[in-house]
Amino acid sequence: MADLSSNFIGIKSPNPFWLASAPPTDKEYNVRRAFEAGWGGVVWKTLGSEGPPIVNVSGPRYGAIWGADRRLLGLNNIELITDRPLQVNLDEIRRVKRDYPDRAMIISLMVPCDEESWKDILHRIEDTGADGVELNFGCPHGMAERGMGSAVGQVPEYIEMVTAWVKHYSKMPCIVKLTPNVTSILPPAMAAKRGGADAVSLINTIKSVTNVDLDHFSPFPMIDGQGSHGGYCGPAVKPIALNMVGEIARHAETRGLPISGIGGVTTWRDAAEFLAMGAGNVQVCTAAMTYGFKIVEEMISGLSQYLDDKAMTLNQLVGRAVPNFVEWQDLNLNYVTKAVIDQDLCISCGRCYAACEDTSHQAIAMSPDRVFTVKDDECVACNLCVNVCPVDNCITMTELPQGAVDPRTGRKVTEYANWTTHPNNPSAHAAE
Amino acid sequence: MSNNPLTPGVVPARLPGHVLAENFGDSAPPLDRHEARVAADRCYFCHDAPCMTACPTSIDIPLFIRQIATGTPEAAARTILAQNIMGGMCARVCPTETLCEEVCVREVAEGKPVEIGRLQRFATDTLMEKGIHPFTRATPTGRRVAVVGAGPAGLSCAHRLAMKGHDVHVFDARTKAGGLNEYGIASYKSVNDFAQAEVDWLLMIGGITVHNGKTLGRDMQLSDLQRDYDAVFLGFGLAGVNALRAAGEDKANVMDAVDFIAGLRQAGDKGAVPVGRDVVVIGGGMTAVDAAVQSKLLGAENVTIVYRRGQAKMSASRHEQDHATAAGVRIIHNAAPVAVHGNGAVAEVEFAYTEETATGLTLRPETFRLRADQVFKAIGQTLLGAPEGVVVQGGKIATTGAGRTNVAGVWAGGDCATGGDDLTVTAVTQGRDAAEDIHAALAAKG
Repeated sequence: MADLSSNFIGIKSPNPFWLASAPPTDKEYNVRRAFEAGWGGVVWKTLGSEGPPIVNVSGPRYGAIWGADRRLLGLNNIELITDRPLQVNLDEIRRVKRDYPDRAMIISLMVPCDEESWKDILHRIEDTGADGVELNFGCPHGMAERGMGSAVGQVPEYIEMVTAWVKHYSKMPCIVKLTPNVTSILPPAMAAKRGGADAVSLINTIKSVTNVDLDHFSPFPMIDGQGSHGGYCGPAVKPIALNMVGEIARHAETRGLPISGIGGVTTWRDAAEFLAMGAGNVQVCTAAMTYGFKIVEEMISGLSQYLDDKAMTLNQLVGRAVPNFVEWQDLNLNYVTKAVIDQDLCISCGRCYAACEDTSHQAIAMSPDRVFTVKDDECVACNLCVNVCPVDNCITMTELPQGAVDPRTGRKVTEYANWTTHPNNPSAHAAE
Repeated sequence: MSNNPLTPGVVPARLPGHVLAENFGDSAPPLDRHEARVAADRCYFCHDAPCMTACPTSIDIPLFIRQIATGTPEAAARTILAQNIMGGMCARVCPTETLCEEVCVREVAEGKPVEIGRLQRFATDTLMEKGIHPFTRATPTGRRVAVVGAGPAGLSCAHRLAMKGHDVHVFDARTKAGGLNEYGIASYKSVNDFAQAEVDWLLMIGGITVHNGKTLGRDMQLSDLQRDYDAVFLGFGLAGVNALRAAGEDKANVMDAVDFIAGLRQAGDKGAVPVGRDVVVIGGGMTAVDAAVQSKLLGAENVTIVYRRGQAKMSASRHEQDHATAAGVRIIHNAAPVAVHGNGAVAEVEFAYTEETATGLTLRPETFRLRADQVFKAIGQTLLGAPEGVVVQGGKIATTGAGRTNVAGVWAGGDCATGGDDLTVTAVTQGRDAAEDIHAALAAKG
């Protein structure tokens, strides 16, 4: 068993799997159960200022999209930050941390954008024994309209200012949680770094409407015949999150800034991908909300087996894919592959044919007895057939060796060359 | 003291009423909404799908399954019924394991096909339970067509002709319409009087008049129909039964399996149907299986199917055979009856083992006897009452193209005609295609 113990910005946990700030971490009962199930840490559901508690809707808080067999692929929510009194939360945090000293306990915070409010809340949480704070600059619904959450996260200057206040009034490690509801994730990340953040965590949820009720003509979740946008999460958002994590991990200005990866982590494999893309640990919510806390056992065993198989430590995995995350212009234009259909695995469904013939390059032939073969002289290696094939590994892409002639172009495969030097690029010569 | 499975002779009520009710309940219960959704999700929506090619009526199976998956089973039903107006019954009785489901790519890949038959039933049941008939008649043409036989072929033909605006008169020898759907299918495949419900639903198209108790050759002649109608479709099935050609087959309690099956279907109380303690069924097709399984379900102690050739030659599908053996029926292959023994009523059947030789099937010297107080003959049906002047070929009315007989203006389809297997779905196809041809011929006449 590989050693999964994690040290993220000085916060130690027995594994890199934390529960994200969300309903699963809203109270003592849940968090104790999570720790018993094996989670390495939690980010306690966001606390607000002292005062009358937040009010939630009493209708549906979630919307969803599903795949085959109603497998949950995406979830959206309109729940706000904790709606329980501040002191109740603080007392519970203190008790849980005392009983589980080896687990990471982070407190998520969201208070109005003024120095006093932040100074006050930081003072109140001081003696809970928590290991750090996470600044919720991400929540895109309900609180944003009140000038908090993503309303802060969308303005880099605010991020920097508030982060600086937090670092000024608290000694705790500070993680800034970023919203993906921005044109580029880089300015917010840079602002967090300038403000002194110890780490960023991302992504928070994405503004979304999951579906429209076609009987009531209302977005869903529907409250008394009306709906507002919610925050989208779950497996569907993973590709968006991976890109943003990678962008921060590779950029010259943000490189080295620790990242807590969030966004659709459902299995150990998703977690490993986030780690390879530069995250130091991961936070999970939707998968736990779908399947319960027990999934962490699969995450632990899976990641452990993977690291053992690769003879790699957890730290060696972190960031391993970042050097290979490049811009399009850096891609090798002389790399040529062709789709190859394994006839023994093929079940003759013809989906590759329909996809290629109807929507792509007419590069798959179909015989009268339903044998499907790739026409190398037409195949541009787009990979669509691979993606629509229902059989794993039935269609694979095979690389043409250097010197081989691509039957489509009639040109020999040569060594690496990218767009920056390509003859069709008007800027190519200027770049030389 | 009531009877039980050990009671000698051919007697009713071998099992208590509640057991019979359970035995003759739906053998393949319908999918509920969730199950249908899950089953539909397994479909790959194949290009030029093999299942569709394998379906004699060419139902667009991937499309209707996608329509179920997206929550519109009514639209799915329209897709099915547009090709096969008896899609409801076919969903129950089609040997899908040798048609669509056999070639399903998931059968090929995993040995577990998409449950096309059950999905079809889910869709058609959903629509029919709402009492919706999704087709309408074209403007009446004033043309009149006579259809002989109200079975799957005749009703399919009649429906398509009515849709085209023709007036259709259907003549059937029996007291109820439906043909083998009503009289020839095992009770547990068509519960809750589905066959009649389907006939009623089908007739909602309008323009079809059914005349029951009218036999061609007795109550009217083909020439009468030719005179009174613009076209005639013959779909009266196979009313005769092959003989065993074994000594003693006239003994009491040796009967035709089709009559037993029909009687059971019409019996309101299954407990009133007498069945033997030791039942022997001779034959290798669906009729043999249906008779044998239902004998067992009625409480017969020992039921044996004896088929003269090997297992691979049985026309009952492997699925049907497994159904029989799971019900406790024993199947003996490669044996043919040579004598029926008994004093007045059958007591034993003597069989000789057979072998396939270059000259055909021959009897071996070895014989054996099976105790039997009831014997069902299920060795095939024969054409009876083909009208004079209509060419018969190989025991069937000869047809060319879409069911054209040698007589101008007379079409034929279903079991009585050549072409295709004797399946409900084949009959529906032939009736439908003949109707299209009749319509084209009538239009051409102007």
